[in-house]
Amino acid sequence: MLDHLTEKFSGALRKLSGRGRISESNIREAMGEVRTALLEADVHYDVVKKFCDDIVDKAVGSEVLKSLKPGEQMIKIVYDELVQLMGPVDSHIMYVQPAPTIVMMSGLQGSGKTTTCGKLAAYLKKKGKSVMLAAADLQRPAAVEQLRTLAEQVEEGSPGGGAVRFYGEPDKCAEYGKAVGVAVKVCRNALKAARSANVDVLILDTAGRLHVNDDLMGELRQVDKALNPHQIYLVIDAMTGQDAVNSAKAFNEQLELDGVILSKTDSDTRGGAALTVKEITGKPIKFVGTGEKIEALEEFHPDRMASRILGMGDVVSLVEKAQEQVSEEEALKLQEKMESGKMTMDDFLDQLRKIRKMGSMKALLGMLPGVGQQLKDLDMNDGELDRTEAMINSMTRHERKDVDLLDQSRRRRVATGSGVEPKDVSQLVKGFDMVQNMTKQMAGMGALQRMRALGGLGKQDLAAMGGSSGPSFKTRQRSKRKKKDRKRKSR
Amino acid sequence: MGLFSFSIKKVKAGLARTRQTFSKLRNLLSRELSDDVIDQVEALLIQSDIGVKTTVALIDHVREAYREKKFTRGDQVFDYIKRYITELFPAEDRSLHFAPSGPTVILVGGINGAGKTTSIAKIAKALRDDNKKVMLAACDTFRAAAVEQLEIWAQRLGVEVIKGQQGGDPAAVAFDAADAAVARNADVLLVDTAGRLHTQQHLMRQLTKIRNVITRKIPDAPHEVILVLDATTGQNAINQARLFKESVDVSGIFLSKLDGTAKGGIVVAVRQELGLPVKFIGVGETPDDVEPFDPEKFVEALFSE
Repeated sequence: MLDHLTEKFSGALRKLSGRGRISESNIREAMGEVRTALLEADVHYDVVKKFCDDIVDKAVGSEVLKSLKPGEQMIKIVYDELVQLMGPVDSHIMYVQPAPTIVMMSGLQGSGKTTTCGKLAAYLKKKGKSVMLAAADLQRPAAVEQLRTLAEQVEEGSPGGGAVRFYGEPDKCAEYGKAVGVAVKVCRNALKAARSANVDVLILDTAGRLHVNDDLMGELRQVDKALNPHQIYLVIDAMTGQDAVNSAKAFNEQLELDGVILSKTDSDTRGGAALTVKEITGKPIKFVGTGEKIEALEEFHPDRMASRILGMGDVVSLVEKAQEQVSEEEALKLQEKMESGKMTMDDFLDQLRKIRKMGSMKALLGMLPGVGQQLKDLDMNDGELDRTEAMINSMTRHERKDVDLLDQSRRRRVATGSGVEPKDVSQLVKGFDMVQNMTKQMAGMGALQRMRALGGLGKQDLAAMGGSSGPSFKTRQRSKRKKKDRKRKSR
Repeated sequence: MGLFSFSIKKVKAGLARTRQTFSKLRNLLSRELSDDVIDQVEALLIQSDIGVKTTVALIDHVREAYREKKFTRGDQVFDYIKRYITELFPAEDRSLHFAPSGPTVILVGGINGAGKTTSIAKIAKALRDDNKKVMLAACDTFRAAAVEQLEIWAQRLGVEVIKGQQGGDPAAVAFDAADAAVARNADVLLVDTAGRLHTQQHLMRQLTKIRNVITRKIPDAPHEVILVLDATTGQNAINQARLFKESVDVSGIFLSKLDGTAKGGIVVAVRQELGLPVKFIGVGETPDDVEPFDPEKFVEALFSE
């Protein structure tokens, strides 16, 4: 499931860089792989076509052909173009006077409108704005109730200054198609309520509807006409396939969208829909939904999304994921322990568990640039981690503090206790020793040296990109021995 | 099996539209085959979310046959693709399996917003109309008002629903529901679960637990595990299906939201990669809007615009 794209791309790259110099036909050939990769990322067929044609024009006209590293140059062009197409970043919400600023959510069924309304309310509350959430979804059973609960959750549980209110008329709900048009009245009433409650922002949660349902699209237009919302957002599922083009086009034509919110980006989708929707509507992607929690709404980062669509890993997201699990204070404490060589098996176990909470090992490593491809055939079994955990659990408290205590007989006991072979225990102890030694040695190094000691990025790779903003496209797996050698050199 | 036969008679708006607009490609295919026609077929296949791999395999074959003059007309291409896809979905796959005795348990899962609850209402109505005693288990204790949503459906359909506390343990609700289904002689128990992204490992483990708890109560249950897939989903559906299959051993797919412009071609890729059959399609918002999956109609819809 990992990075088909990295694979394809690196393949194309190798073809290019292997030849040293490349011709226009080489570029076209490589773009074939890029095309496949983008299609597999769910970018729409026509968008892909146009994108690839543009890239070929750019590459042919540029210095790529003469460049020493044509492959990297090419990828840089592709990456930059993606970033540019999906940008610029604009998560600004223009507040109007007199209040309230009216924000209307729209989208297909199940795209995540109601949840996004709650998240947006939490986001605005944090910025000190008072918000009213109005339930204009009278079709889906209990949608009103869901929004009311979310409003209460945000009001009570989320940080920030502004009040969060709710407006709903649950008695107006009806079965699908039987309450068309009623939403307009409810929205009008909501606006009155918002004015008298003096809130800064009124968010309208409309019912999910198909872009081909004329009655319901008409209702949205009526709401638009009656209230004249200042911001109309389309909420679209990041996992959407080729059909994103149709719904985005229809909603944009009928409503004149002001922006797009991309939901469910915490899935492992490549997210090509982001590019499709931006291309079709020309409207900025304002926010992305990044998780189950009510705070999980973030500003859109075109560079991260470009890396993701290209399967080049997402280091920033990885770091953020890690931060969710480990507080800065904890991390500092651990670092001190590691540097002084006092890390114990307990600390190790603790780390192991935190890492596991972040997701599967394979998924995590897949976020590192270039790693995805190498991992594809490797059977990364999370059971391995289970066994490690079991082994540590089978050690006594003393043994966990001081692994040197583990002689043959104790190792046999631990092995029996955790259902593994004694050699597995020995391996764990050896590995632990190694990590401990390494961290002790690394304590004296600077950040860059440390990074190099850990392998992965070489200095020239960073330089090749001509700066630090872009991702590194070149990675090589180094053996542990080499790592050690290099470490010695750098000492 | 008489199940769902009533709905086949209904000509849904979605499919009606499909037939009307089908003509565009039919025109194309009734013409003589050319590279241009093949390119257009390729674009259509890609745009149906059928996946690059399958498209390339199909188109490569078509191009070769065209070169060797085995295919000369467009309709040969259509017939070939139709045969290829219908053969992927043999008929025996599409029926529901019922318990020989005692309640049949159908576990329903899917990602957030796939349409689980609506799909459950549809299956429940069809079974109820088939004179089966249906019970629902509201195991989505996570999302706000999810239980209420299912309750409203239960009320409309006149079936019983077993529920727990918001925020409570969904496995406990499943256990109680299985218990109640046995005690009250229900024919079918439909278990609604919270939407979860397949990448959330702990939530996937929770789903496994729900399944295990049901099995503990009724040994050969669940008899069906239905994954609800949104037809608008792109290639990520393969990952979804794979991880849901790993965690609860999915037995079939309910392809929802086929009444829009999405073609749901991804089920072809899912079938090829994971062997999962498609049992039903959702074609609208009302409980009547369900049909058995028909591969031939499905292929025709792929070629409509």
